[in-house]
Amino acid sequence: MTTQSSPHEPLLNTADSRWQQFLDSHFWHSFKRDKVAIVSFSIFFLFILASLSAPLLAPMDPYDMTQFDLMDSELPPVWQEEGDSRFLFGTDAQGRDMWSTILYGTRLSLIIGVCAVMLQAFLGIVIGLSAGYFGGRVDSFLMRLADIQLSFSTLMVAIIFLAIFQAAFGAELYQDLAMVMLVLVIGIAEWPQYARTVRASVLAERKKEYVDAARVIGLGPIRIMFRHILPNTLSPVLVISTVQIANAIISEASLSFLGLGMPPSQPSLGSLIASGFEFIFSGAWWITIIPGIALILLVLVINLLGDWLRDVLNPKLYKG
Amino acid sequence: MALLEIHDLEVKFALRSGPVTALRDISFSLDRGQRLGIVGESGAGKSVAAFSILNLISRPGYISKGKILFDGNDLAQLNPSQLRNVRGNRISMIFQDPMMTLNPVLTVGAQMVESLQAHTRISRQEARKIALEKLRLVHIPSPEKRLDQYPHELSGGMKQRIIIAIALLLNPDIIIADEPTTALDVTIQAEIMDLLLELCEDRNLGLILITHDLGVVSQVTERTIVMYAGRIIEMGPTKEIINDAQHPYTQGLINALPQQGIPGRRLNQIPGSMPPLQQLPNGCAFHPRCAYAKAACKEQIPAFTQSGGCQVACHMVAELVNQAGKSPALENSPSTGQDS
Amino acid sequence: MSTLVEIRNLHKRFPIHGDLLDRIRLKGGRLELREENVHAINGVDLTVNKGEALCIVGESGCGKSTVARTVMGLIEPSEGSVHYQGQRIDNLSPREMMSYRRRMQMIFQNPYASLNPRMSITETLEEPIRFHQSDLGKAEMKDKVAEVMQAVGVDPSWGKRFPHEFSGGQRQRISIARALIVDPEFIVADEPISALDVSIQAQVLNLMMDAQEQRGLTYLFITHDLSVVEHFGARVAVMYLGRICEVAPTRTLFAQPRHPYSQALLSAIPRLEDERPRFIRLQGEVPTPVNLPSGCVFHGRCPHANDRCRNEIPALRQVDDVQISCHAVEENRIASG
Repeated sequence: MTTQSSPHEPLLNTADSRWQQFLDSHFWHSFKRDKVAIVSFSIFFLFILASLSAPLLAPMDPYDMTQFDLMDSELPPVWQEEGDSRFLFGTDAQGRDMWSTILYGTRLSLIIGVCAVMLQAFLGIVIGLSAGYFGGRVDSFLMRLADIQLSFSTLMVAIIFLAIFQAAFGAELYQDLAMVMLVLVIGIAEWPQYARTVRASVLAERKKEYVDAARVIGLGPIRIMFRHILPNTLSPVLVISTVQIANAIISEASLSFLGLGMPPSQPSLGSLIASGFEFIFSGAWWITIIPGIALILLVLVINLLGDWLRDVLNPKLYKG
Repeated sequence: MALLEIHDLEVKFALRSGPVTALRDISFSLDRGQRLGIVGESGAGKSVAAFSILNLISRPGYISKGKILFDGNDLAQLNPSQLRNVRGNRISMIFQDPMMTLNPVLTVGAQMVESLQAHTRISRQEARKIALEKLRLVHIPSPEKRLDQYPHELSGGMKQRIIIAIALLLNPDIIIADEPTTALDVTIQAEIMDLLLELCEDRNLGLILITHDLGVVSQVTERTIVMYAGRIIEMGPTKEIINDAQHPYTQGLINALPQQGIPGRRLNQIPGSMPPLQQLPNGCAFHPRCAYAKAACKEQIPAFTQSGGCQVACHMVAELVNQAGKSPALENSPSTGQDS
Repeated sequence: MSTLVEIRNLHKRFPIHGDLLDRIRLKGGRLELREENVHAINGVDLTVNKGEALCIVGESGCGKSTVARTVMGLIEPSEGSVHYQGQRIDNLSPREMMSYRRRMQMIFQNPYASLNPRMSITETLEEPIRFHQSDLGKAEMKDKVAEVMQAVGVDPSWGKRFPHEFSGGQRQRISIARALIVDPEFIVADEPISALDVSIQAQVLNLMMDAQEQRGLTYLFITHDLSVVEHFGARVAVMYLGRICEVAPTRTLFAQPRHPYSQALLSAIPRLEDERPRFIRLQGEVPTPVNLPSGCVFHGRCPHANDRCRNEIPALRQVDDVQISCHAVEENRIASG
């Protein structure tokens, strides 16, 4: 009776077959067909590559005050008449090379974005899982908490929190801890997005019989939640993660723009835009516009990738 | 010439991996007043067959060959508006899931009036009158009340009755019922089947009943088509098929039913399962599961031959008939249930 | 024959309105708390003897699955108790329940939902062993998994694959393997074959019967399909609207159903030898389990109902080898047959 039990396709049990499986997957096929996804992914990949290798690519270290000269300040990009060949995108008011600063700034923005989203995801998944699995009062309590959290806008929470911190502990300490604080504030302010998504898919998964089967074996709730339910709720988590990274980068940029984010000595994309803002009418547009374009492009490609991912992972559209 | 004649129908699905043939060599005919059953397991193509009769196959599926002659017109060639005229008007369809037909936000009456007005010029008052008459026809208690109810207020059996009433609205010649009772309980299934049978007899309707349940087929239909992996493997009068099946698969299917077994003993099982359409074996699609398979079965798709009262697509059928008297040697080993 | 599982006066109600907030309603200028329940089980008494296969049949919504899940401890009963070899098990703590978990297992209806899609077959099968027999070595565990896979007819070399690579019938075999792997004595099977094709149903039924013979299993088999019962079960319990109508040895029930509902149910099985539908037509429809009818739950549809049926709930009485709850049978108002 060999025919009966044979699964539909013969597969090899090697790493090769894993790769082969990936190439055969719905995921890869839809990626190959989607031009927008390919372009977005390429640009996003370039961003990652550039920010990871910022120290190698950047002609100067923007954090090192000794490397720049006030004499070079506000030089336009090379393609302008007064451009200097040393400075591809010109320099800012302190004489920093814009290209180097953007590279480092992108790195900071991405790190803050990713770390903040990891924190959000951690909080959201734990809370969403508990709410969905235990249900009843635990669920009501946690979800009301999420509602309360959502009724404050992220920026408002962040502004109040960061302003109080600066006032209480002084700007010195703040400058040192700026990155950690931003990750914490953005991370804590946005967990309800995750909690709601995870809870919704836990509610759907919890009804399935494999969860009952695990309970019949006698497994405890923690093990069932993390070993059985969680892996089956990760697709939507992946999708909102992309959107949330983009949101976190924007939040960070907004806060920095308002002077509550990264200090000018370690500029992120947001603080760069802010620092150039006062010169925009004196003709030095590039200090604001070029990092602005970088920010928009980064956020745009992440969102486009998120859209594509949502289409791919949506079980309703699957097998179309 | 019969009212509905299917000749050599072939349906393909254009999948990423290439076209897959979902149906091939389907030919049969049906006249008013006749009742035809199409039996098969899931994936045998019986629902695809039903949908393709009305040319309802949607992308990526398409009719790649063959003719569907209804009243002399080839449905495969008609344009959408001509097709709409046939659908619902001359041929109605009843689906497995009532909610595929019933709109949850409209009352039963509104839906019935709407489908009447879509096909005929008729006033609302008259349409309601016809709707009432059809509800009575399907033995719905207090039909006046039902017209103003929403689908969710009705039980499953009642919904299926209303669907049948909707199917009857325009006095069709043929009804295609695709697993109409699978979602229902046995007592309600019996009532619905009885109703279908009564309608066919009283109103001279043609019925195509698609089901996996041989018991239902034997109760309702006169002729039966057995499908396997997208092909017809046996067709003939229902009585012949139930009592004297010729194809080894049909025999296996009937013998596998618990009511055919001896209580407490192992059932006669057919080994294996139906192959997916993308991976049909060469030759007869059933040969890997067939106890009688010989070399020819592995190479050549069998053509139809007349045997007993049925038409059978099996290379071995003549030989099997010669061995008659010997009971079909189905797998019935008292083994450990181990597959090897 | 000794009793393995005993269910006593089991009730289960599910509240319709979940939250406290949802239940508050304004009525006549006063706030009041709504208490509406779905009465899924309304006093079920049942015993399962060691080594037998007891089938529960009934139509959708009759509470048969709820009984199964309550026996397995997946649902807490509202009233009544479940006993396993004389020991009450429905109120045990998870720790106390542990030793019973190994002895009773469950097979589920939907082979597409009962296996975790993200776990390979080996992982799925090893988990119960890791949990219940943590002293088992790695090699022994592997042997055990291979042995059980072999026993259910799934090639052990496919253990690394994931559920979606298997057909429905194979998944159900794997599901059975997961239940068998801890060497249970008692298996609750909740409609294990109703999602499968006819030819596959026979395979799975045979597999379950072989396992019963070889391992001396006891089954509680839930199904809506009476023809399966006729073949599989030693005894049958017919349920209607959360109550037991009749418990009888299978042969007795099929030869001579006594309860009017059993008679109707039996008559509706589509038989191969029939040439047209033949059945006892019941009047009306199944009432909702929210507002249970008074008296016998079946009285509204029963051709033999009288005033006593409408007012007095019939008790389950033993007559010969049959337990039956029907006033009409008791009073001999039904011509048997």
